[in-house]
Amino acid sequence: MNLMDYFRSSRSKSATIAKERLQILVAHERRAARHQPEYLPDLQRELLAVIRKYVHVDQSAITVNMEQDENREVLELNIVLPDEPQPRRRNSR
Amino acid sequence: MARIIVVTSGKGGVGKTTTSAAMAMGLAQRGHRTVVIDFDIGLRNLDLIMGCERRVVYDFVNVINEEVNLNQALIKDKRCENLFILPASQTRDKDALTLEGVERVLNELSETHDYIICDSPAGIERGAHLAMYFADDAIVVTNPEVSSVRDSDRMLGILASKSRRAENNQEPIREYLLLTRYSPQRVKLGEMLSVDDVQEILSLHLLGVIPESKAVLNASNSGNPVVLDEKSDAGQAYMDVVARYLGEEVPHRFVEEEKKGLFGRWFGGKS
Repeated sequence: MNLMDYFRSSRSKSATIAKERLQILVAHERRAARHQPEYLPDLQRELLAVIRKYVHVDQSAITVNMEQDENREVLELNIVLPDEPQPRRRNSR
Repeated sequence: MARIIVVTSGKGGVGKTTTSAAMAMGLAQRGHRTVVIDFDIGLRNLDLIMGCERRVVYDFVNVINEEVNLNQALIKDKRCENLFILPASQTRDKDALTLEGVERVLNELSETHDYIICDSPAGIERGAHLAMYFADDAIVVTNPEVSSVRDSDRMLGILASKSRRAENNQEPIREYLLLTRYSPQRVKLGEMLSVDDVQEILSLHLLGVIPESKAVLNASNSGNPVVLDEKSDAGQAYMDVVARYLGEEVPHRFVEEEKKGLFGRWFGGKS
């Protein structure tokens, strides 16, 4: 190993960066494309509409995921509520 | 009954046609009656790579439209008697292929051949879909490069859900990884994804690694599938791929950097 190699190896190798980026991307796209039922985007949109009637959350605050085990399916619903309690839009009575 | 192999990738320019030509020639040379079909309607190129571009009279679309019969469109290879080529149409619209038409042609070819190789166009449009729909095996051609790996993964998702085998709940398509344009030197320098990296990401059975090689351009320049260049690294790598596909256990070559002897180091060598 000469001096140049030494300096090269101390920097982050581009192949390593490529691998990390791909692993994240591929995992994400597989979840999105492969195992999700087709109704999921609609379900997500309608749930969001219902929740928004009561709490003001934005689009990115809700995620819907379907996970499959060998013998069961888990529908995971994750809603991030805003930090400050918001005034109810409608007065109840 | 023929076995139907699709050569696919999603991304363009990674070596699908080179691979289709090499696989077809390799299988035929081993005595299997083989036909290779160009599914890239409008952008036919398999004829050039196979060196039979001046012998194209009728094409795949003529057969689909029942304007001619299959034997009128099939081109018999002059180098190997077991090999036939069915060229794509050059001018017709891209909707010329129909699911029923493709199925009919494949069924007819299946009666007289051992292997049918479908050279898929790039992308995920109609031609690519039809090329893989009836497949038994898929060779996913991938370059060690981010966009190619991503597209291959996407293609795997489509193979698993939109093929005849998937739709009929049959045994899934057998998927193989073929890594092409591989440069062990650059992998060693950390500049290129390694075979292990790509395999880890795609989790596929590795059919082979084809090194980046001058032989591939030389082969396409002259219209001879690179597998015929028996002295070249790429040619030998493709021969191994054919053997492995047929179930032989062949160790992977051209994966490690070639050790140059003293002589080679002094006088340089191949790039």
